[in-house]
Amino acid sequence: MNVTIADLDVVIETNQILGDVSIDITTGHFHGIVGPNGSGKSTLLRCIYRALKPTNGSVFLDGDDLWRTLSSRHAARRRAIVAQDSAIDLDFSVRDVVAMGRAPHKGLFDRDDANDATIIDDALTSVGMAWAIDRLVATLSGGERQRVLLARALAQQAPILVLDEPTNHLDVRAQLELLDLVRSLGHTTIAALHDLDHAASLCDTISVLQHGRLVITGPPHDVLTPELIGDVFGVRAHIGTHPITGRLHIAVAAATSTATAATSSKDN
Amino acid sequence: MPADAPRRARGPHLISGGGIVALLIGLVIALVAALLLGISIGTVTLPLADVWRVIGTHLGWSNAPVTAVQDQIIWEFRTPRVLLAAVVGAGLSMAGAVLQVLARNGLADPYVLGVSSGAALGAVLAIAIGSSAVGGLSASGAAFVFSLLTLVVVFAFAQRAGRIGPTRLVLAGVAVSYLATAATSFIQLYVNPLELRGILYWILGSLASASWDDLRLPTITIVLSMGWLLARARSMNVMATGDDTANALGVDVNRFRIELLVISSLLTATAVSVSGGIGFVGLMVPHAARMIVGPEHRRMLPVCALGGAVFMVLVDLLSRIADRPNELPVGIFTAALGAPFFLLLLRRTGTGGGST
Repeated sequence: MNVTIADLDVVIETNQILGDVSIDITTGHFHGIVGPNGSGKSTLLRCIYRALKPTNGSVFLDGDDLWRTLSSRHAARRRAIVAQDSAIDLDFSVRDVVAMGRAPHKGLFDRDDANDATIIDDALTSVGMAWAIDRLVATLSGGERQRVLLARALAQQAPILVLDEPTNHLDVRAQLELLDLVRSLGHTTIAALHDLDHAASLCDTISVLQHGRLVITGPPHDVLTPELIGDVFGVRAHIGTHPITGRLHIAVAAATSTATAATSSKDN
Repeated sequence: MPADAPRRARGPHLISGGGIVALLIGLVIALVAALLLGISIGTVTLPLADVWRVIGTHLGWSNAPVTAVQDQIIWEFRTPRVLLAAVVGAGLSMAGAVLQVLARNGLADPYVLGVSSGAALGAVLAIAIGSSAVGGLSASGAAFVFSLLTLVVVFAFAQRAGRIGPTRLVLAGVAVSYLATAATSFIQLYVNPLELRGILYWILGSLASASWDDLRLPTITIVLSMGWLLARARSMNVMATGDDTANALGVDVNRFRIELLVISSLLTATAVSVSGGIGFVGLMVPHAARMIVGPEHRRMLPVCALGGAVFMVLVDLLSRIADRPNELPVGIFTAALGAPFFLLLLRRTGTGGGST
């Protein structure tokens, strides 16, 4: 299922938060959204969550307008999210949390049936958390909780996955494992990422936002040049090949730092 | 869900899985027992056999002779009273649970949000100045209108650009509550002792005036509201995840908030208009239910409603026998019993219980 963001404007009071943003995301691609704080990443995602109505423009999921054609419930069957501020009541059991993902498929008087139980089990299994199904959320680590939230999104059985800085507050191993996991699921994925190196190595395509405007969209090796990273993020960047994974690798340093070992040239 | 029933039995909460069904059955039995006890015991204690016979006569399974006095005490006074206690207890508990979801704040309840104070102000105006002061309404009619007005004012101040801030909601509730209490206190200074007693019963809550006639409408309103809320339990779970996630999970958050607000206001206003400001029930019972079965609303709300009903019937009974033959305001006992019970539960369970 593809996503088309068309001419999106968001004006809150008199501040233009997003201006004229258009992005096409191909079915099955992992699309990264990067930009400094305040560049409009979260605002853009909240328009896709259906939490913030754009002032102008539209978001299309497989050609259907998210805000004008699809109801909240129907939209929830097409895209699932892992939000940045996702509050999670620590007294819920893991099963309860993942079961919430079934909500958009259920009517007022429907009970969870064996099919839902299977979907919940499968979702937890695919994030490696099946062992925790009867645990309290309070007993889990940060990385484990984030996996449970991902399992809830999977239980929604939506072909599009939207993640807002999913690796915030996770330790380095949990970050890498979570991102590899998401990547391996094969959903059409839109993720706001704050780590340029993660973005470079994971994404099929990347959009760069700055001051609420789209700077560029394209494959990572075309988009993430030292010049662009310098312009947008105000840091010096070195683009290379990751010595362990062989994927695109970005090392950054403060703009004022003196070069001792690194250079800011593009050497691949 | 027979497929994984064995695993379901071992949940992380005090009672889960099949234990919930047993708990609900136990609560229903406890409610029936509490109702019968509440009818039997009072200023004069009547044997349970008599209670059973009188009820049987009215419901048509017994035609044994009953005396007029027995009939009056049991059927005209105590039966509607214990039933009202049960309905009010269930209604206030459930209203508290819903307001806590709505405010995303474990401190919210009809009392904290100022509804009880607003209702008391309405009733006190009617009692002290006369019903002409409140447009010809009776004390309970005025209480109903004032509690709805209070909620409208509180939520109007709590929202900004259509979004209700959880903290703002509680702050607005507390502020409005103090304002209404100040007005009530002011009026109290100028009333005669007889009116003062009536006012105190409003402020502290009482079920003494229950009759079959004024049981009908509140019961229908409260039962229907509770039924509707039970049907929305799944969406209430989703609300606990934060606005963005709830929207993405298919719940139109703003619309659902208004829906919950309207229904919980109706529920609260109705309960308060027939019982006065009974505090602590709406705060404590939902927390106790959560500590026992966890925050999942499809399990928690029925436990909360039944538990609230049992609790209220027993507390009302206590208010009648603690200082026989005098009756004391029931709100004194909800707080006196509720607070230690609540503190005990807090100590016993590891987690915070509620929106952490």
